[in-house]
This record gives sequence, structure tokens and C-alpha cells, in this order.
Amino acid sequence: MADKKWLPRWFFQLASPRWCYQITGRLLPWFLLATLILLAGGTVWSLLFAPADYQQGNSFRIIYLHVPSAILAQSAYMLMAVAGAIGLIWKMKVADMVLKSAAPIGASMAVLALATGAIWGKPTWGSWWVWDARLTSMLILLFLYLGVMALNSAIENESTAAQASAVLALVGVVNIPIIKYSVEWWNTLHQPATFKLTEKPAMPPEMWLPLLVMVIGFYCFFAVSLMQRLRNEIIWRERRASWVRELLNKQ
Amino acid sequence: MSFNSVSEFLAMGGHGLYVWLSYGLGAGVIVANLILPKLSRNRLLAEQKRRLRREETV
Repeated sequence: MADKKWLPRWFFQLASPRWCYQITGRLLPWFLLATLILLAGGTVWSLLFAPADYQQGNSFRIIYLHVPSAILAQSAYMLMAVAGAIGLIWKMKVADMVLKSAAPIGASMAVLALATGAIWGKPTWGSWWVWDARLTSMLILLFLYLGVMALNSAIENESTAAQASAVLALVGVVNIPIIKYSVEWWNTLHQPATFKLTEKPAMPPEMWLPLLVMVIGFYCFFAVSLMQRLRNEIIWRERRASWVRELLNKQ
Repeated sequence: MSFNSVSEFLAMGGHGLYVWLSYGLGAGVIVANLILPKLSRNRLLAEQKRRLRREETV
């Protein structure tokens, strides 16, 4: 195989549901531990120790949930689209399962980002919702997630469902740069990005450090929830395989 | 620490409702995302084990 040379071995191991089930089984407890420590520590830090904003007061603390959930909603979408592409190109069943498993988590993160945004908007802008570019594009992201979930539950055949949702996920990627640049392209109430790769954050370290902890904690949480769902999906689709049979007998 | 007393902490400078509503929602979403897959795993394993036993007895 010509293309085996430039792709690492683990990429092809990922194609094996059994290998994925075993490796995620080993990784899961560590990610769960990291999630619990980071989210508990980050929450205490952001609620108790981070300073209040000089203009927004303590409502500013909503940022520690709003920004991580919004970042994660977009990252989960990118992961879903990449998994969709891999599933379409290499016909990898595990990639289809990753796509299906990521959708509900991403949707709940989009809901959380929108809800905390609305709750934060009330005391800050005086309104729960404005039809602004950032908010609207985030709402479209939620609908894309719901679309992927609906396709997966409506189409009986697993590979057809995977293809349809992969195509939807890939087309919807257009929305990601729109979300990102919406605060620059259009006049908006929404403030610009908190973290940028090229610049220092505009807030002091005692404000953005707990935010960083929360963002990493949210990523670990996503990994845990994704692995849980993926493992369920693997068991279900491989239920006729002999290794699943052995696994069930052992329990 | 940014607060001097528990009541001050709960009031959040008058923004208590918004802050606690957000954090309650966040905790709910995260816990649900960890518990629901665990519950469906238990259900799935029990179902499949039952199926195996049924197939063995036939």
C-alpha cells in the first residue's frame, strides 16, 4: 500500500473497533480524573478567587463557562467534520461512530454556550437575545448538530446514515470561520476573542488563568464523554463479533 | 478571595441570579453528559448478555 508510508501506524489501528475499544478503556479513567480535578479546581478558582470585572462586576464570572463551552462546541464540530471526511475517504467505521458520538455532546455545548450567553447578556446588554452575527451563527451551529443527530436517528441503514451526516457535517464547516470572524466582519455587541494565538490576552493573568484551566477541563470532559459514547457504539455494532461475545461472558 | 462572607458570595454583587443560573446549568449539562452514556452502557451490556444466554439455550 503506497499510502501506508506517510500515515502513522496508529491511524490504521484506529480503524479497528476492537483496538479502539481497548485503548479508550485504558485512557478513560485518566481523562475522567483530569476532568474532575480541572473542573472542580477551575470552578472554585473562577467563582471565589478570580477578581470581579470593574465594569460588569460578578456577572463576568459567567465567562468561565461561556467561553469554554463555545470553544468546545466549535472544536467538537471540527472533529465531527474531520471524522466525516475520514469516514467518506477511507470507509472507516470507527470514524462514522466518532461522528455520531460527538454530535450530542457538541449540541449540548452549543446549548450551554447560547444559554450562558443569554444569561450574561441580560445584565450586560440589557437583553437576553439580539439577532447579532455571532449569536445567529452560533444558533446555526446548534441546528447543524441537531441535523446530524436527526439524520443518524432517521436513517435505518448505518452506512447510509454515516454518509449523509458526514456530508452535512462537511458542508456545515463553512459556518465555523463565520462564527470566528463574525465579531470582526460585522458590527456587533459581542466582544472579540479572549484568547488569540498571536497576542497576549487583554485581561490580567488572575482572570485568564482560571479560564485556561476551565478550557482544558472542558476538553478533558469532552474526551471522556466521547469515549464513553464511542465504546457503547462499538459494542452495539460489533455485538456479533467473537471478541464482544468473550467480553460479555467475562463480565 | 474576592468575597468577605458567604452571603456576599451568594449575592454576587446583585448578579447572583445570573451567575448561579449559569453555573447550575453548566453543572447539569456536564453531569448529564457523563451519566447518560454510563446508563446506556449498563443497559446495552445487560441486553446483550441476555441475548447471548438466550442464543445459548436455544
